Amino acid sequence: MFGDYSLGDLSSIFVMQGFAGLILFSVYVLMALGLAIIFGQMGVINMAHGEFMILGAYMTYLCSGFFQTQLSALFPAYFFVAMALAFLASGALGMLVEWALIRHLYKRPLDTLLATWGLSLILQQAYRTIFGAREVGVELPSWLIGSVQVTDTIEIPINGMFVMGVTTLITVGVALLMYRSRFGAQVRAVVQNRAMAGAVGIDTERVDRLTFGLGCGIAGIAGSAFTMVGSTGPTSGQLYIVDTFLIVVFGGAASLLGTIASAFSISQTQSTLEFFLSGSTAKVLTLLAVVGILMLRPQGLFTLKVRR
Amino acid sequence: MLQTTPSPAAVPPIQAGLQPMLAIGDLHAAYGQSEVLHGLDIAVAPGEIVAVMGRNGMGKTTLMKTLMGIVPVKSGTIRVDGAAVEGLKSHQRVAKGLAYVPQGRMIFSAMTVQENIETGLTVTGERRVPQDLYTMFPVLLEMKGRRGGNLSGGQQQQLAIARALASRPKVLLLDEPTEGIQPSIIREMGRTLKKIRDERGLSIVVSEQVLSFALDVADRVLVIENGVIVHESLRADIDEAQVARFLSV
Repeated sequence: MFGDYSLGDLSSIFVMQGFAGLILFSVYVLMALGLAIIFGQMGVINMAHGEFMILGAYMTYLCSGFFQTQLSALFPAYFFVAMALAFLASGALGMLVEWALIRHLYKRPLDTLLATWGLSLILQQAYRTIFGAREVGVELPSWLIGSVQVTDTIEIPINGMFVMGVTTLITVGVALLMYRSRFGAQVRAVVQNRAMAGAVGIDTERVDRLTFGLGCGIAGIAGSAFTMVGSTGPTSGQLYIVDTFLIVVFGGAASLLGTIASAFSISQTQSTLEFFLSGSTAKVLTLLAVVGILMLRPQGLFTLKVRR
Repeated sequence: MLQTTPSPAAVPPIQAGLQPMLAIGDLHAAYGQSEVLHGLDIAVAPGEIVAVMGRNGMGKTTLMKTLMGIVPVKSGTIRVDGAAVEGLKSHQRVAKGLAYVPQGRMIFSAMTVQENIETGLTVTGERRVPQDLYTMFPVLLEMKGRRGGNLSGGQQQQLAIARALASRPKVLLLDEPTEGIQPSIIREMGRTLKKIRDERGLSIVVSEQVLSFALDVADRVLVIENGVIVHESLRADIDEAQVARFLSV
């Protein structure tokens, strides 16, 4: 499959596909972070995570329209407002869902699977009713459009670099929050032993609600980033949720570093193979590789070594 | 709040007019339909150490868990320094002055020693581990960057006690603290518990199967059997042989 390309062409292809893969990687990392936090914290598999992401995408779309018509002077900066709004909207919806639905099902993990799946259907229909069945795209401010010409054959899109920058910031922020802050220590304590965390004075219900909100809020930011690389429709979230689960399992549950490493390897494999093969063949190969590795290493890529 | 100054000798049990620090009244607790505690009445004076003894399966751990809100109260009252806590959640009970060192220690094994102690600070709002805790357990200062799971059993026990003390409790509950710990460290722990009581003036309830340890630390010994208190005596006039009979299998 490489036969038709010269060596120079091939290296350019790898660099540019690698970069396209990095944008996919960014969306995956943000999605997987949220999912891993929620799964690690309460053992809830959130089937509606893709819909929380799409809520962020729709918030960005609304923001784009509002700034274009009402506040055109500030249009170049709207994306930052949009990301903040996406985080708040998805986070608030997440906390509401946790309060109304999830907390009643903590002792029945299989039921949370069904309940969140139902929730995802409800949200999809709600988006269809409110925003219409047609996919929408956002208008990017001019400074995000275009690309940097690195060599004759390699050019790197600016919006891609922006998305990666945002992802890096958020990942570092989440890592600091989890491993350096008091809230993070409380979250980790609840993850390890819920009853004991309560018995040392941690309000586990509050921690649960905030964690669920945080995970969903990060998905909202992922949605905001997603608008730059894809168009937003009511069911767009579905395309990402399976891959995101795969990343969380492949990386090893409850390992931040593992999540990042597995998102990177899966998105790069996917993106590079896609150039040479059809999309579905690329997916088949990626999945086969992941299945193979998980059979040899069922605990995922990274695990913590400690006496339990 | 902890102005009680216990006399260095034997602390008297509940006297008329003195409010108990921990008062349990007609406490019933059950796992589902099967009732385990059948109406316990226990009062613990400020600065008193009470040992609750009994064989396995007689309700010691259930009593501790019920006091902490991990097992729900079926009926009855629990008062800490006069405040009713039986309807509260675990973390609210900690805020009212209860602290818990569970059986098996249950430290957060993937977190560092310092982080473990910091989790106990949640209800006090303090940000730094108080120096007096490290003074009491110097080994924890040495190990503060290590993961809790990589400590030895005795060190983990000290960590669990330090974590409980971080919330500035009025009543400290310890569930079988000697389990799985070597004899020399058990004696050390007895001294530590009395030191904690003398320095901080808090009341301690400790459940035990080891009679020598209970006699070493306690001011008063209760024996629980099948969810009711069947024997009670002060340390001073305890009949060791009689208590030993309750504990023999």
